Amino acid sequence: MALLEIRNLRAKIQGVEILKGIDLAIERGETHAIMGPNGSGKSTLAKVLAGDPSYEVVDGEVLYQGRNLLDLAPEDRAREGVFLGFQYPVEIPGVSNTYFLKAALNAIRKYRGEKELDAMEFLQLIKERAKSVKLDEALLRRPVNEGFSGGEKKRNEIFQLAVLEPYLAILDETDSGLDIDALHSVAEGVNSLRNEERGFLVITHYQRLLNYIIPDKVHVLLNGRIVKSGGKELAEELEESGYALFEDAAA
Amino acid sequence: MSATTKTLEELTNRKYEAGFITDIEQDTAPPGLDEDIIRFISAKKGDPEWLLEWRLKAYRNWLQMPEPKWANVYYPPIDFQAISYYSAPKRKEDMPQSLDEIDPKLKETYDRLGIPLHEQEMLAGVAVDAVFDSVSVATSYKAKLKEKGVIFCSMSEAVQEHPELVRKYLGSVVPFNDNYYAGLNSAVFTDGSFVFIPKGVRCPMELSTYFRINAANTGQFERTLIIAEEGAYVSYLEGCTAPVRDENQLHAAVVELVALDDAQIKYSTVQNWYPGDEEGRGGVYNFVTKRGLCAGNNAKISWTQVETGSAITWKYPSCVLRGDNSVGEFYSVAVTRNRQQADTGTKMIHMGKNTRSTIVSKGISSGHGQQSYRGLVRITPKAENARNYSQCDSMLMSNTCGAHTFPYIDVQNATAQLEHEATTSKIGEDQILYCNQRGIATEDAVSLIVNGFCKEVFRTLPMEFAVEAQKLMEITLEGSVG
Repeated sequence: MALLEIRNLRAKIQGVEILKGIDLAIERGETHAIMGPNGSGKSTLAKVLAGDPSYEVVDGEVLYQGRNLLDLAPEDRAREGVFLGFQYPVEIPGVSNTYFLKAALNAIRKYRGEKELDAMEFLQLIKERAKSVKLDEALLRRPVNEGFSGGEKKRNEIFQLAVLEPYLAILDETDSGLDIDALHSVAEGVNSLRNEERGFLVITHYQRLLNYIIPDKVHVLLNGRIVKSGGKELAEELEESGYALFEDAAA
Repeated sequence: MSATTKTLEELTNRKYEAGFITDIEQDTAPPGLDEDIIRFISAKKGDPEWLLEWRLKAYRNWLQMPEPKWANVYYPPIDFQAISYYSAPKRKEDMPQSLDEIDPKLKETYDRLGIPLHEQEMLAGVAVDAVFDSVSVATSYKAKLKEKGVIFCSMSEAVQEHPELVRKYLGSVVPFNDNYYAGLNSAVFTDGSFVFIPKGVRCPMELSTYFRINAANTGQFERTLIIAEEGAYVSYLEGCTAPVRDENQLHAAVVELVALDDAQIKYSTVQNWYPGDEEGRGGVYNFVTKRGLCAGNNAKISWTQVETGSAITWKYPSCVLRGDNSVGEFYSVAVTRNRQQADTGTKMIHMGKNTRSTIVSKGISSGHGQQSYRGLVRITPKAENARNYSQCDSMLMSNTCGAHTFPYIDVQNATAQLEHEATTSKIGEDQILYCNQRGIATEDAVSLIVNGFCKEVFRTLPMEFAVEAQKLMEITLEGSVG
């Protein structure tokens, strides 16, 4: 059974169809990259998988570990192990990063019938994970994403990923707005979290990120459809010739 | 409307949780107000002659005053002749000698509200002066306070036992002709709390009073007076909740604080009166005058309020900074949901040199709630080097609620420094989605976001009150986004 299987997924927002029939399967332990120009539907796909209520699924299905993902509330998707690294992580003023993450982790553990972590156990865990993804510990005490730089926000997403340990991690343009050093360290964080159980869906604009996070498969998304899939060399091909090459296929 | 919005709206429509009515016989004056009624109240209270005269003077002045209409709140005209101005719970004995002797039903009411009246909770360090309707029924921890020379009792008792102090300070901060509702209160007030902290004494515990309105159609007119002498310190907690009622209940309290040289008064309120039903029927009209006078140098008065109840709130806890180097603070969280309306804020009147004031106001509106921040910062000509910092943040939770800000600034001395910051935000569906995506349910997400928004104010509350306030916010706002 695939970790994630998307069949003919069509979705719209405010009456406009953005996803026009997506098919995609991700096995455990695989990292897939989705590339595509602005407006091709990359972020929409990420948000539909996360359960953003602004999007309406009009057709198709999504199976996650054999279950119908689209039937689950957004929080239950998260509790089942689906994580979305947001393109624009929101700020929650006055709520410390630590407090937020503890509420999140314990909600997930409770759902799974696991013991909730107490304050000491939790602190120990986040200190260790912060270290592993090289997150400045000072950020743990600050309000969620408030006043964080672009790089800090993205690193904070990866840190949350490290703490929540999902089975499927969707990273929506995690590379946007990062300088080369930040990009490198975020990619390093992601790579340290790759294992045989966990699947990644990395959404990006540029091939650059894929120099650091080497994908097993690359898909080109154009105008709401996947127009080509291939190995990591497809990303390089794209970098050289651009998306124009595929535009006929999308039409 | 998105799915999130819909869930949130459903959650908002939760019933008022503290709504129940205690059935206790009332010794009630007939509805209406005239000099005879005032004499009746005065006689019931056993007032000295000067107090009766003061009440009558206030009443005669009140008759000449127009009802204020400037607040941004809307309600049908109040028929002051339809209100009964006196009600007191009947007791088997004249006065309860210990907590065991108070009406068991009354005690049950408090217990249901989680009010710490019994021994166990008193050990937690809270002395309770419980006001049930208009008469105090229980006062605890008096002995310990007495040792320090602290007087903490009902206003009625203070009038009998410490008439010289009452006479000296009553109306000294809020005179009987101050405003319409303060005038009415001065004429008909029935009880309240009295606190006196003598020179150099740090009150050994947080003082707390719970108010509860319980009689239909009975206005409640509390009068509270707190005096901190030179170098004294006191933290006073006021919390209230009321049972469900169909008719509007008028509440016009007056609170006066006096801080002499180097004294500090911290006054914290959690207000949870019945806000009316979803359509705004019933609910308390909360027209309160609260004012503190920093009479001496280096005095400090700090107001913190968490206002979640009442149908209509009209309230501006203020500081008059007369002493040099005196400090005034106002921290407020106000919530209006369904059809609630609030016009609240503060006044900081700088008169002394180097006086400082801080205003932090957080307003949250949901449903059809309407909220106004109204604040005045006045720097008088002699207030050299006065400073004020004001911050007014509003959070909107629906498309039908409103937030309004009326900041008034009056600077008559060029050395003043004033800062004013204001923000308005809508609780974001993107914030909720972000929380959901991390496994946090919508209801918990709302309370997380709101508590974060209010944090600056909550942290000024005494510990046990902060916990209570947070819980109250959770209950109040469970699903208030729409």
